[in-house]
Amino acid sequence: MTQDAMVSRKVWRVGANIDTDALAPGAYMKHGIEVIAAHCLEVHRTDFAAGVKPGDVLVAGPNFGIGSSREQAAGALKQLGIAAVIAPSYSGLFFRNAFNLGLLLLTCPEAETLQENESVQIIGTETPQVKNAQGQILMCHSVPSFLMDMVHAGGLVNVLKQRMAHKARHTD
Amino acid sequence: MSTASELRVERSAGSSGSTLAQKLIARAAEKSHVKVGDVLTCQVDLAMFHDSSGPRRLKPMLADIGAEIWDRNKVVLVLDHYVPARDADSEKIIRITRDVAKEWQLPHVIDSEGICHVVLPERGHLKPGYFCVGGDSHSPTGGAFGTYMFGIGATEMLGVVATGEIWVQVPETLRMVWHGALQKGVCAKDMMLHMIGKFGMNGGNYQAVEFAGDTVRGLGMQERMTLSNMSAEMGAQVGLIAADSTTRDYLKSVGVSQAVIEQSQYFETDDNADCQRFDFEASQLSPQVAAPHSPENTKAVAEFSHIKPSVAYIGACTGAKLTDLRAAAEVLKGRKVAAGVQLLVAPASARDQAQATQEGVMQILMEAGASVLPNACGACAGYGGTFEEGATVISSTARNFQGRMGPASVQVYLASPATVAASALKGHIADVREVLA
Repeated sequence: MTQDAMVSRKVWRVGANIDTDALAPGAYMKHGIEVIAAHCLEVHRTDFAAGVKPGDVLVAGPNFGIGSSREQAAGALKQLGIAAVIAPSYSGLFFRNAFNLGLLLLTCPEAETLQENESVQIIGTETPQVKNAQGQILMCHSVPSFLMDMVHAGGLVNVLKQRMAHKARHTD
Repeated sequence: MSTASELRVERSAGSSGSTLAQKLIARAAEKSHVKVGDVLTCQVDLAMFHDSSGPRRLKPMLADIGAEIWDRNKVVLVLDHYVPARDADSEKIIRITRDVAKEWQLPHVIDSEGICHVVLPERGHLKPGYFCVGGDSHSPTGGAFGTYMFGIGATEMLGVVATGEIWVQVPETLRMVWHGALQKGVCAKDMMLHMIGKFGMNGGNYQAVEFAGDTVRGLGMQERMTLSNMSAEMGAQVGLIAADSTTRDYLKSVGVSQAVIEQSQYFETDDNADCQRFDFEASQLSPQVAAPHSPENTKAVAEFSHIKPSVAYIGACTGAKLTDLRAAAEVLKGRKVAAGVQLLVAPASARDQAQATQEGVMQILMEAGASVLPNACGACAGYGGTFEEGATVISSTARNFQGRMGPASVQVYLASPATVAASALKGHIADVREVLA
């Protein structure tokens, strides 16, 4: 994913402790990601899945993504076109899953100062930061470079493809 | 937060020793010593996945990247989430899973015989010193065997099955040291709910939690598994317990050879290792209950005596192992559940159920009014067969998130199997100590 500093992104706000059952409800887990995504977060706000546009950002309170290992929780946000999640903290398991699917998570202590509908920008491709509607920079924890590479590659599957192709070239 | 336990925090400083977590990672990363914060590539000894996270997701991705399974002997597949099939979609998932298992010639497939976290050690797959991953968030259960085991998503599992490797950042350790004897009727689930109430759903912050002290050493393997299992609800990466003679006896009982038991690696946290230590007094702990809709909403059972459940559910890897069934039977022996309460029991594995049948435990539960459900994840996973609109449930499972086990109106209270049984008996959330007195 490339982050363009000029792009204004609409904020969708949710609260703290958003769990994976809210992101990818169990009742829809037997279906494909399109169906799961259509029910993403509906337990908290029914306008989200239908209203969110590609490039929007999701801003949450602490402990985002707690619960299950189901990566469809991150996959549903990716499917809906969410450019990044901005929250003060994440479940460690969700954190790995999101980057493995190429979804950028920004760990931002001041995330909760952002308002519903606010226009923000994500600036910087190596160490992304958030610029709020007033033009202030909200500092985010740095993301290890191998995880940023995963975001830029579009996820672990693409990284593995490159690795397998490389291996094949060298064993032929 | 309960006032029952005394808490003391210590941080050892200027030390040079290693924690159990560091030693397990060092072995898997082939290093002599690892530091907290190091990012390392580890060799995986065993990868477990199930019918939801496994073949249906892995097969197309493996084909896409042009790879094969690195070592099928190190893979265990368990069918537990969608069995028994409730509809055509579930049936399709099960069929795909079985077909892929045949195609890949997987030597270790456990089909409809219980929940992955319980059947994995039951079949002798977990050994002390191992570094393992599971395609399920309750994979920290394996930590009860002195094994570094954590949950990952399906795409990351693809990386593991294609390469046999995974990255890990060496975590800090939160050491939970429990002293003394638990009161009769109080068990590992109460210890864990208490700790989650104290630290919160993400209080573990993807660190390593280690359970230690004479109380923990005195617990059997299935009780230890309950502690490690719900480390997930504390947000920890792993929930470790140093393997000891109890672990060896269990391994022997499930048919692991003496040679393998002796060759396994038994690590312990060094006295001078750097970690955060918290001390708890077991004798002061009362039965604990977590109110809707979070495991961290934990208080002593007395706070909930006004709650009248319509369903009492004993199920899941967390709360329906042989030890859990025995605890429920001790409460319900010769008694019947209260009118208006439906008692459901889903034994965590077929072997545990067979043993419980042999001991007369299943008979006691059924005579008390229990309906017995299949050896599967059942209502806990929320994938089907969940509770009805407006139900109030007391459950021995691990999670009570809104909407997980049924419609958003369902109220789930988490408790130990003994407390679930006592509550079913009384018709309201009840203190098991009074029933057993």
